[in-house]
Amino acid sequence: MITTNLIAPEQSPVASNHQLCFCLVSLQPSGFLTSCNKEGGVNIEMNHGTTTLAFKFRHGVIVAVDSRASAGRYLASNDVNKVIEINPYLLGTMSGSAADCQYWERLLAKECRLYRLRNNHRISVAAASKLLCNMMLGYKGMGLSVGSMICGWDKEGPGLYYVDENGNRLSGRMFSTGCGNSYAYGVVDSGYREDMTVEEAYELGRRGIAHATHRDAYSGGVVNMYHMKEDGWIKVCKEDVSELIHRYREGMF
Amino acid sequence: MLSAQGFGGPGKMKEYHYAGAVENRFSPYAFNGGTVLAVAGEDFAIVASDTRLSEGYSIHSRDSPKCYKLTDTTVIGCSGFHGDCLTLTKIIDARLKMYKHSNNKTMTSGAIAAMLSTILYSRRFFPYYVYNIIGGLDEEGKGAVYSFDPVGSYQRDTYKAGGSASAMLQPLLDNQIGFKNMEGVQHLPLTQEKAVQLVKDVFISAAERDVYTGDALRVCVITKDGINEQTIPLRKD
Repeated sequence: MITTNLIAPEQSPVASNHQLCFCLVSLQPSGFLTSCNKEGGVNIEMNHGTTTLAFKFRHGVIVAVDSRASAGRYLASNDVNKVIEINPYLLGTMSGSAADCQYWERLLAKECRLYRLRNNHRISVAAASKLLCNMMLGYKGMGLSVGSMICGWDKEGPGLYYVDENGNRLSGRMFSTGCGNSYAYGVVDSGYREDMTVEEAYELGRRGIAHATHRDAYSGGVVNMYHMKEDGWIKVCKEDVSELIHRYREGMF
Repeated sequence: MLSAQGFGGPGKMKEYHYAGAVENRFSPYAFNGGTVLAVAGEDFAIVASDTRLSEGYSIHSRDSPKCYKLTDTTVIGCSGFHGDCLTLTKIIDARLKMYKHSNNKTMTSGAIAAMLSTILYSRRFFPYYVYNIIGGLDEEGKGAVYSFDPVGSYQRDTYKAGGSASAMLQPLLDNQIGFKNMEGVQHLPLTQEKAVQLVKDVFISAAERDVYTGDALRVCVITKDGINEQTIPLRKD
């Protein structure tokens, strides 16, 4: 009797090198992706770069962001809105890749709205930030660039969470993200007191962003500032950083 | 079409010096040049583009405009890789039809912009190499311009230039329409005639200094009475 030995695909020497492949053997689509940002390939520049900051204090949460979007060395825009108003009690900031932040935070806004409709109460800040964090974890390692702060006021009081593309999710009293964050940290850390008045807090937020834009090439434009209070957020101001720096300079040196 | 592989980077020729064996990989992208521009006025919008289609040192066509009419109140300008421009506009047209059939109304400019953002982002890991600018009228009849990056981030502007000569045109528009870097100047609102003349002048400047821009200029003026197209010749060299 003749028996036929069927070689399982995993064992055959030829098949072990290739996964099931319907395309040309030597071409892997993932290879194209490396050429998107190199000198040899086409240079697709995406909008990037920022400074954002947020801190909690006695009277709520202050959120301040700059408004510059750069694509490589070219300044794509100087008046981008980097704060997404999810609902009257929730704000999300955007830093990193503009497209990634806009897309995922709009998706987050949709999920928050659905939560409200299904459960008949507003989503908590912790839950909203966790939704975003899990979206990021689903694409971990694939090159998303998102540095976001979810700020709000819920049953637990004022809430501030930092979420990034690695899946980090941190609750804290003060955060700053983006390439200008180190400058903002310096300014806000030196002026922060838990019992500041509201005006002092506004000035601190303004100064943090203004000084960061002054020193960081990829931040600039205007300072967009929001104040998260118990009954919702208000937009405090939208001021040009060059004017702010001139004003501060009068008082300096 | 020639693969972009004989050329180093977007539209640049590689230097030919002997360097031993070199691997020429297939690149799925090519850079076909072209500039687009959109301006929003009080009750009008203008979308303009040149009509040159080039690749490396060659010109493939002198009559390939980059403005595509989407609805009676919206025009999109797409520059970058022509293959992706064509596919993208086909997809947008199909989605517009689907919306019309499901919702029994035409998509507004803002809705088209939001939809384009998700279409572009759906290819986040193998992007459409297209720089888009949408120009049209919003629901209140005011001019609206939406500018995009290749992966879908967008915002509403008053004016925007995109494509190969964008870095040359945008500062000129910032000065003339945005009144940047001008002291003591009265901020007059932009009239339609002045805007069209400005667009023509700006493209003439672009054609002077950018090799990928030239041949002819197609201007689409969008008002509540419809879309008016004009073609103006530019430098052919």
